[in-house]
Amino acid sequence: MKTETFSYLPTFSREQIEKQVQYFLKNNWVVGIEYTSQPNPSLAFWDWWKLPLFSMKAVSEIMAEIEACKANHANCFIRITSYDNARQTQVMSFVVHRP
Amino acid sequence: MSKAKSDAKDEKALFDAGVKEYSAAGRYYYDIGYKPTETQVLAAFRITPQEGVSFEEAAAAVAAESSFSTWTTVWSDYLVDASRYSARTYEMKPVPGHPDQMMAYIAYPLDLFEEGSMGNLMSSLVGNVFGFKPLRALRLEDLYFPPALLSTFQGPPHGIQVERDRMDKYGRPLLGATMKPKLGLSAKNYGRVVYEALRGGLDFTKDDENITSQPFMRWRDRCEFVMSAVKQAEAETGERKGHYLNVTAGDMEEMYARAELAKELGSRIIMVDYLIVGFTAFTSLSKWCRRNGMLLHAHRAMHSVLDRQPNHGINWRVLAKMCRIVGADHLHNGTVVGKLEGDRASTIGINEMMRETRVATVEQCPGHHFDQPWLSMPGMFPVASGGIHVWHMPELVSIFGDEVILQFGGGTVGHPWGSAAGATANRVALEAVVQARNEGRNLLAEGTDILKSAAKHSGELRAAMETWKDITFDYESVDALEKP
Repeated sequence: MKTETFSYLPTFSREQIEKQVQYFLKNNWVVGIEYTSQPNPSLAFWDWWKLPLFSMKAVSEIMAEIEACKANHANCFIRITSYDNARQTQVMSFVVHRP
Repeated sequence: MSKAKSDAKDEKALFDAGVKEYSAAGRYYYDIGYKPTETQVLAAFRITPQEGVSFEEAAAAVAAESSFSTWTTVWSDYLVDASRYSARTYEMKPVPGHPDQMMAYIAYPLDLFEEGSMGNLMSSLVGNVFGFKPLRALRLEDLYFPPALLSTFQGPPHGIQVERDRMDKYGRPLLGATMKPKLGLSAKNYGRVVYEALRGGLDFTKDDENITSQPFMRWRDRCEFVMSAVKQAEAETGERKGHYLNVTAGDMEEMYARAELAKELGSRIIMVDYLIVGFTAFTSLSKWCRRNGMLLHAHRAMHSVLDRQPNHGINWRVLAKMCRIVGADHLHNGTVVGKLEGDRASTIGINEMMRETRVATVEQCPGHHFDQPWLSMPGMFPVASGGIHVWHMPELVSIFGDEVILQFGGGTVGHPWGSAAGATANRVALEAVVQARNEGRNLLAEGTDILKSAAKHSGELRAAMETWKDITFDYESVDALEKP
């Protein structure tokens, strides 16, 4: 399954994920977490883990949410998304956990 | 005896007949210091007069001949308010390094143009005037569309953001490739080439500009095999894919028929040679795409005929702006690093003009003469294509950023292990470069290291780097921006 950005690179380590999240926050993007057990090309909407994390501005907070999502949905694909409200759109998506 | 015999025979002239200088006092064509109004179309023309013709007269002639006037005074001029319909040369600027040339800025009243018709605008601005004898050469360098005129056009059927949502691609440039060889493959073999490239990791594959419906591959067969390839690659990889199905045809009815088939087969995108079919057919197709939820890729075949001479024709930036205004979602622009024309600053300026969603300013767009407000018209993807390969990736991402489609034709299909491996090599290189950029690394300084370390876990990338390690294209551009 090759889905989303970075899917042709080896799975990111925790430190590599942190660096990407850092980049999203630096751009003032809102980070979100989504999961699904059956990704496929026609599935536009995965399930949201809570809401996009509007109030979270620290990498550690977001990493903790990813861990919490993993603990609850270990058998799912989990991806991080970002939203840029200036461009009014989603601007990033990559998978951080595969079952 | 003819009934048309004039009652005025043998009498003195009844109006001021004869040939007058275009720049003569009392006419409006040469009006330095005139302040254009906010609804006027502004044009920057590079004029090269014939010997013995003054810059003033040449500029006034361009204004006159591209708007209201003809070579001699006619009685019916007196039935029109010339002050309302004359274009005015309002500013002249010398061209650095070219004493035989002058940049003339001309303002056109809005009333001269039909709403929503690029063809009509071109009939005036780049119509008869380009063959005008007192001019040795003439080039339209830039064109400003006032909001009053801009808002009568549709613009891109969807635009960058909607395309990203439709294609589910975020946070990186999109990757494509033109299928090779250009002509001669059977439809099934062609579908195979598409399938291999898409399953290897490309987002898009593309028909070449001269593939339509030749005897070796009729359009229905092409569309059917290509769409089988797209669907199979989607199912296999789990990603959305697309193939630009070229619907360019001999007549408009046939273009619609091909577009309808593409839609019926589930294609996400079609393509057209927008200069070849002409602005009117292009406008119709663009509107069809908006109505039918189809992305539109514009190929610029024939542009060099119009834009390559530095002193004559239409600058590429004008043709590109017209393409956005009429409406495509993708348009080919230069690569900077590849084999094709286009100097770096000029290419970057045109990319910015194509993508900006507010005001594309002169500062932001090197080479442009006017700030262009875009109102609510969405931006379009520039496509960088031609002679590029994996080694160019750090520089390409550094120059273009994310909002671009990078197309590696030879750089995909020419991989020693085949197109799927070529596609994977490009995708790995792209993602490694984007990852590094996001981590704050300097792509130009560290590009080689970034690629080498990505190649450690990708045999496909290693092989590609080995294949193209010595290939660069360093010819001087014919149409570079002047050094001030």
